Amino acid sequence: MGERIENHIILDCKPAGQKIQITVDGKKIPAYDGEPILSALLAAGIKINRYTVKRHEPRGLFCGIGQCTDCAMVVDGIPNVRTCITPAHDGMVVETQDGLSKEVRHDS
Amino acid sequence: MIHKDVLVIGAGPSGLSAAIEAGKAGADTLLVDLNLKAGGQLFKQIHKFFGSSAHHSGTRGYEIGSLLLKQARDAGVEIWLQSTVIGIFPGGKVGIERGLDNGEKDLVTLKAKTIIIATGASENAIRFKGWTTPGVMGAGAAQTMVNVNHVRPGENIVMIGSGNVGLIVSYQLMQAGCNVVALLEAAPKVGGYSVHAAKIRRAGVPIYTSRTIIEALAGEDGSVCGCVTAAVDDHFQPVPGTEETLKCDVITLATGMKPTMDLVKLAGCALKFHGPLGGYVPIHDERLETSVKGVFVAGDSTGVEEANTALDEGKIAGISAAEELGYISHEDADAMRSEIWSRLDSLRLGPFGERRMKEKKAMMEEYSETVKVPAAFQ
Amino acid sequence: MSYIKTGYLEYSELESLQTLPDEKRYQEGPVAVIECVQNIPCNPCEASCKFGAIHIGSPITNLPTIDTRKCIGCGNCIAKCPGMAIFVVNKTKGRGIASVSFPYEYYPVPKVGDKCHAVDRKGEYICDGTVSKVVNPASYDHTPVVTIDIPIEYANEVRSIERGYQP
Repeated sequence: MGERIENHIILDCKPAGQKIQITVDGKKIPAYDGEPILSALLAAGIKINRYTVKRHEPRGLFCGIGQCTDCAMVVDGIPNVRTCITPAHDGMVVETQDGLSKEVRHDS
Repeated sequence: MIHKDVLVIGAGPSGLSAAIEAGKAGADTLLVDLNLKAGGQLFKQIHKFFGSSAHHSGTRGYEIGSLLLKQARDAGVEIWLQSTVIGIFPGGKVGIERGLDNGEKDLVTLKAKTIIIATGASENAIRFKGWTTPGVMGAGAAQTMVNVNHVRPGENIVMIGSGNVGLIVSYQLMQAGCNVVALLEAAPKVGGYSVHAAKIRRAGVPIYTSRTIIEALAGEDGSVCGCVTAAVDDHFQPVPGTEETLKCDVITLATGMKPTMDLVKLAGCALKFHGPLGGYVPIHDERLETSVKGVFVAGDSTGVEEANTALDEGKIAGISAAEELGYISHEDADAMRSEIWSRLDSLRLGPFGERRMKEKKAMMEEYSETVKVPAAFQ
Repeated sequence: MSYIKTGYLEYSELESLQTLPDEKRYQEGPVAVIECVQNIPCNPCEASCKFGAIHIGSPITNLPTIDTRKCIGCGNCIAKCPGMAIFVVNKTKGRGIASVSFPYEYYPVPKVGDKCHAVDRKGEYICDGTVSKVVNPASYDHTPVVTIDIPIEYANEVRSIERGYQP
């Protein structure tokens, strides 16, 4: 289970943004305004971001810098959002993505 | 349409220092990067750098990042973040997508007289049973989580690969409060600096050479709960009967990097395979110009090395682009470059750097034999 | 050269480099022990020594050498070495006690008087120790230098402490 780092010998880990809430698959979790959505998910112990199109295999954080798309989720209804490089904002609605888009999930 | 003297793509150490040199020389310089912040991977480098004082030795990577951002501002460099170059067309026309995945994106086209491609490198993955299981990630991804986002990717880590990335990230994961269960290296010896290995050994991390991962195990929730390792023979094949299971919730892969080639391919730059530099690289001359006139490269995108060499290569590319446009005289540019080249040569000495130095020199020779004069962008 | 395989140096491997202080020098007071054995391009230790005791010169990949007559064991080089490969050993504390100073970049930083588990180069418990000094000025840039007192017979082996140890 991941968690936030509060004390570090080198880094100042005080969050830059205000404390906010986002909704992930219907459940509210805490986050900090402007941090990557993925950070809040990891801090809440959520490791699976999407399921693949054909074989419905789980995928999660892999590159962390917007290159691999494994952490893509449906954010405020928009699919394929790379959560590692998209900032969180208060009230954001995040959903685990199944396939290529939100619609695929409802159809399958 | 927007017109720019110099477009620098990628705001890591090489792109930033290229933009600073071009901007200082008076060129109208735009630096674009797809990330939320400039600095590339510098802000996750929280260790003190090696090198000489000319190379910020003893200074932590993120401090160098802050220094470069200030210098870029002082040099009048314009920076666009959340901006991804999606096309490079003849005549220096460039298509840039601006905005976030969850919002409206704008497509901007601009025309640049010179382009410096400094897109860095990406991590290699190795394939094994279960390698796509959530919890298996690049070592760099784990490093970004702890050092930039200040969140632990998990509790118990198994690191694959003993190059400097594997050794340094293991150390930094411990600094972040994670437990590094073990470090596995398929080769018979540690790949990175012995001082980095010594640091994690005295912190209690076992290093198993001639051993690799053969399977990631998934728990009920679908994410990593352990891994199976095995000894490997001289041909890197797992030896049956040597399997061992380790408990962990994160498996980090530090199994090399390769230059990011997408944009140099789009620009039509000649590529050559150079294993010690990470694979295919755009060949360049001593001015860091590619086979395409006015298109320069710098940093890991033309051979995976480290931040210090990237900083120096960026400087050379920035100087050369400014020279191309007449902002710096040829004599001055030559003098500036030769000073930087001698510094770079000293950084590439020793058993670790020599192979890369030889390879870089061979590549520049190939350039002078095959390219001779860079061709206009077709 | 077993360190290539294991990741840590045996004291015998260091001795073969002939840059270690000799036993006579150890008896004269604290002295730096540089455990840097590969020709990597790096030289901040050279500039860190106010007494000119550490030499690298040119090329930058030379191994550091130390003039143990000039070294006073101040420990300034410990925090400046990016490879964290320098230690100070003091075998002149008397009563069978020696001290070992090392870089310690973990939170929390131990406090003077703390009991600790001293570990060797491979992270294995060697003996109990007591923290006798912690130096962490701004100029060390978040690399605290911790000194522990241990039985003198372990002075050449002890190089750090167990993290998170609570007596």
